Amino acid sequence: MSTREKILAAVKKNQPPLSALPDISVFKVHEEDVVKKYSEMFAGIGGLLVSAGSLENVKDLIRKDFDQSKRMLSNLQALSDVAELSNPDADPHTLEDVELAIIEARLAVAENGAVWLTEDVMGHRVLPYIAQHLAVIVREDSIVSTMHDAYAKIASEDYGFGGFIGGPSKTADIEQALVLGAHGPLSMTVYLIK
Amino acid sequence: MKSTLDHATLAEEFNKDEERVDWHDGALWWIRQKRDRSAHQTPQWEELREAASAIKSNVISNLHDYLIQFEENLKKNGVQVYWASDAEEHNQIVYSILKAKEIKQMVKSKSMLTEECHLNEFLEDRGIEVINSDLGEYIQQIDNEPPSHIVLPCIHKRKEEIGELFHEHLGTEKGLSDPTLLTRVARKHLRNVFLTRRAALTGVNFAVAETGEYVVCTNEGNADMGAHLSEVQIASMGLEKIIPERKHLGVFLRLLARSAIGQPITIYSSHYKKPRPGQEMHLILVDKGRSNLLARPDFRDSLKCIKCGGCMNTCPVYRKSGGLSYHNTISGPIGAILAPNLDMKQHADLPFASTLCGSCSNVCPVKIPIHDQLYKWRQEIVKQGYSASRKTFSMKAMALTLSSPEIYKTAGKTGRWLLNNAPFAINNKFNPWYKQRDMPDSSQQSFGEWYAKNGSKK
Repeated sequence: MSTREKILAAVKKNQPPLSALPDISVFKVHEEDVVKKYSEMFAGIGGLLVSAGSLENVKDLIRKDFDQSKRMLSNLQALSDVAELSNPDADPHTLEDVELAIIEARLAVAENGAVWLTEDVMGHRVLPYIAQHLAVIVREDSIVSTMHDAYAKIASEDYGFGGFIGGPSKTADIEQALVLGAHGPLSMTVYLIK
Repeated sequence: MKSTLDHATLAEEFNKDEERVDWHDGALWWIRQKRDRSAHQTPQWEELREAASAIKSNVISNLHDYLIQFEENLKKNGVQVYWASDAEEHNQIVYSILKAKEIKQMVKSKSMLTEECHLNEFLEDRGIEVINSDLGEYIQQIDNEPPSHIVLPCIHKRKEEIGELFHEHLGTEKGLSDPTLLTRVARKHLRNVFLTRRAALTGVNFAVAETGEYVVCTNEGNADMGAHLSEVQIASMGLEKIIPERKHLGVFLRLLARSAIGQPITIYSSHYKKPRPGQEMHLILVDKGRSNLLARPDFRDSLKCIKCGGCMNTCPVYRKSGGLSYHNTISGPIGAILAPNLDMKQHADLPFASTLCGSCSNVCPVKIPIHDQLYKWRQEIVKQGYSASRKTFSMKAMALTLSSPEIYKTAGKTGRWLLNNAPFAINNKFNPWYKQRDMPDSSQQSFGEWYAKNGSKK
């Protein structure tokens, strides 16, 4: 008998009688103002939130907020005059020197400040993790209240890789002192647009 | 590296440095308080715990079918699947994957399972270098120590000690101990590691049977840096990490980071489903005692654990004895109920490292009755004859005393007389209760004596 068969046989023999799944549709939070809640939560976790209004304004803000002499990368055609358009065929190691990655979120979650990104909006899987700074564009109407609402939207979505990102990378491993910028971005900015 | 000393002896060692114990105690209690604030701000928190527990009950009861479904979906997604009964088989699989690609260096993100399997040592013996990339785990690795906490691996270390390790291993200036500066040095060093390793191994927080994807949660971003820059990505998971559907992640991701450190969600919750073009993805399903635990009705609920570490942060014994005193990869209350399933004799002391106060059960996000299980393991261990003989003797003496009113009265009298007239007979190093404690002043009479005198008065 192979290891697989052995393990499966033991599990089958030892598992208790079937216990039903609970109804999780009971988890409903009605948030009066999801944009406000989102903004508070995101700022609370160390993110920088900017109400940009439009994509056009985002361009001006990026020019103002980030060092233009360094490498900016985005998968958004609309930002091609402030950032290099990412090449999907490039080796991920070549992204090592990216100063700023600009990505548009699929959705954002008010209860925890996180954004949902899939690899098609990232351009490269490694981009939002390897860049020194991360900027994410969030459309106000894409903000949902809770993780349950988020999964309701992405329940049947197909992707190779997707991730929630809830702020700049961080660690408190040395004496519980909070340090922003562990291995991933040192900062995360969310530009809210209508 | 395996210690043969028991929890009490190792805790005594930790207790020698009172200032450190106080700091450790306070740091963990502060995290427990952050957890409380975060939980109280979350509507329907108790219902969420209830739902998480019920989902895990369903998983445990239908694990066979979920495993088959998960495997099918992994294969559909282009992931290669392996099964391992024990540590040896698991380690051999990892080695063969690396060997086939002639890979000599691997970067690893946090995985308690591979710690339990002693994967690093196994690979190092075969000429493969492994670097732990979680900052806390990296610090523990260069100090040649196992993690003392599953979420906060080096919580028992002071920043000066970490500064000294960095001075020795990374060439930082002597005396440098600023957490931000030390973190920057590690960031730079490990970034080069991520960029040069062809293989990356991660643990798994949740594995979705319905879709064949698995979710890895970190705050540092180290799992993603390793995985997305690798040509060979390996994930190791215990069988119990399965959840039925993607939507159930909503329940668990709401609970995990709040219970762990009082944060609304981990910074990174990454859903790995398919390899990127040109990359290989491998997933190893590890039993290592899980199927056996399923057969123990009193203890099988411990398989619900989502490794938040909440029970450690709240445990008065853990906070004052340190994780390393548990001489087991997973320490604290949850470690004390998981370890005896693997080796009852070696871990016979752990279920006794508790006051049974129940605080662990009260914070557990999946409602494992941890303190009940600690109590039940004690009975099991005594029945199997693995309890310490001193403990068995004193328990028998206590049983005799409590079952005879005469002996009980005499013993009470003697105890009170000794505390009042000859405290040195009790306050000495032969009495384990006296260590790190002062004995209270005794009353002059027992309740029985007081009642005989005053009970009839109106």
